[in-house]
Amino acid sequence: MSTKLLSMRDAVARYVGDGVSIAIEGFTAFICFAAGHEIIRQRRRDLTLIRMTPDVIYDQMIAAGVARRLVFSYLGNPGVGPLNCIRRAVEQGIPSPLEIEEYSHFGMVGRYIAGAARLPFYPLRSYIGSEMPGVNPRIKFVRSPYGDEEVAVVPPLNPDVAFIHAQRADTDGNTQVWGLLGVQKEVAFAAGKVIVVVEELVDESVIRADPNRTLIPGLIVDAVVHEPFGAHPSYVQGYYDRDNAFYLEWDEISRNQAATESWLEKWVYGVADRAEYTRKLGQETVGRLKPVASFSAPVSYGSHQ
Amino acid sequence: MTDQPYTASEMMITAAARALAGVRTVFVGVGLPNIACNLARRTVAPDLELIYEAGVFGARPTRLPLSIGDPALVTGSLCTMSMADLFGCYLQGGRIEVGFLGGAQVDRFGNLNTTAIASYTRPKVRLPGSGGACEIAIHARRLFYIMRLSKRAFVGRLDFRTSPGFLDGGDERRRLGMPGGGPQLVVTDKALFDFSGPDNEMRLVSLHPGIKVDEVTSEIGWPLCKASQMGETPAPTAGELECIRRELDPAGMYRN
Repeated sequence: MSTKLLSMRDAVARYVGDGVSIAIEGFTAFICFAAGHEIIRQRRRDLTLIRMTPDVIYDQMIAAGVARRLVFSYLGNPGVGPLNCIRRAVEQGIPSPLEIEEYSHFGMVGRYIAGAARLPFYPLRSYIGSEMPGVNPRIKFVRSPYGDEEVAVVPPLNPDVAFIHAQRADTDGNTQVWGLLGVQKEVAFAAGKVIVVVEELVDESVIRADPNRTLIPGLIVDAVVHEPFGAHPSYVQGYYDRDNAFYLEWDEISRNQAATESWLEKWVYGVADRAEYTRKLGQETVGRLKPVASFSAPVSYGSHQ
Repeated sequence: MTDQPYTASEMMITAAARALAGVRTVFVGVGLPNIACNLARRTVAPDLELIYEAGVFGARPTRLPLSIGDPALVTGSLCTMSMADLFGCYLQGGRIEVGFLGGAQVDRFGNLNTTAIASYTRPKVRLPGSGGACEIAIHARRLFYIMRLSKRAFVGRLDFRTSPGFLDGGDERRRLGMPGGGPQLVVTDKALFDFSGPDNEMRLVSLHPGIKVDEVTSEIGWPLCKASQMGETPAPTAGELECIRRELDPAGMYRN
């Protein structure tokens, strides 16, 4: 079997063409900034960006002009304030106009579930009394076939490509995650191509010793990228903390398109890859974000001869 | 309130915390609701379990969470789960007693706008959108709002209805089949409100110490319904203030 191991540069070059739809998920945690930055560096255009919470990563990508369309459920710099670049795009068309398609959180979750399970829609008790269905005709209501009640439905979401950041995987892409699971499993099963990005590559035996922690099977994985610190400034449970100072700093930088562009020049176009980005961040920052270890008790799966 | 030994935020936090007396499950937001819920667990609601939309049940954060998905919410929690489980089994499954919400605009029936100012297609200000708010508004058995009082926020007519309160009032919520009971409390920097006015309209029930009625009515964009017996919100106690300042927000990030 040919290896799935790729550099981020090769993974993006191979799987992310102009005009495709991509999901870089991870709810506050496990946000693969390394993938977003590589897409900016390779100057992709007309992408549909899909994410429940576009976060700073899509703020940066939209400021860099990679996107034509955004599918989302909450536009915020979490715990800080608005996403200034996305606001500029939506309110003023800077650097270019942005189409939006908007759901609630549960609506997005349901869309991924339907996409993963190849269902025509996902029913949920939401959107009643909300004006969201009025501005997004893809949110509909259907009558239950088992009674009189109406439920909202949302259509399946199948991104062309998904990037999943995680703690560890083997070279086949069997991927283990602990911490906030978000919609990582659902988006992986929904996507056409799946690229797993991990802090550590481990032997298959490490995966097999703890199968309950495996969220994504190698079966559905197309590429594995070993990219330590690839989720900074977001975080990876047990590996590094969220760089909240950066999230606050971004609120200042992003208020102005020129300042945003010079930031991109320095930290994205101006570095070759994530390793250089991490060196540029420096040991002080990397060290500051390292959490004190806190281990769970081991569990026994039993050995059966 | 400048001569008070506490800030407006501390008044809001303690008022919200006290309203959680005896509550078992609360859907928490970042900022003031987060501090209020953690204060409640240390005071009036020792069995309170904190639920965060990022997928955490029974969080015991050892530091002030900086975002809705802070890693300190995961470490030491009872359960960390997928968002499908969180929204499907916990929230839609009816397990949430109180949900905290807020918004850029609220109307007299407690409907919320977190989507856009002016029009949706040509927004003057594009706001964050629903997130989980629409589902929380529909499913939590009770809703508490924390918002600063201002005429820009307490409006006669919303620019966009993101999340339902009592809609046009009366029993419309129930007729539409919403499982949750709707808004019950609005905590502001000047006063407390419930929804016991006619047709479940927002009603002024308690003024914070030193606040006069017209300081409240002047910030509300509709003729305000007032309780016949106006109460005074008890000021934060020394113990509550000490808990907030020493334990919950030692850096004073949410002091003002």
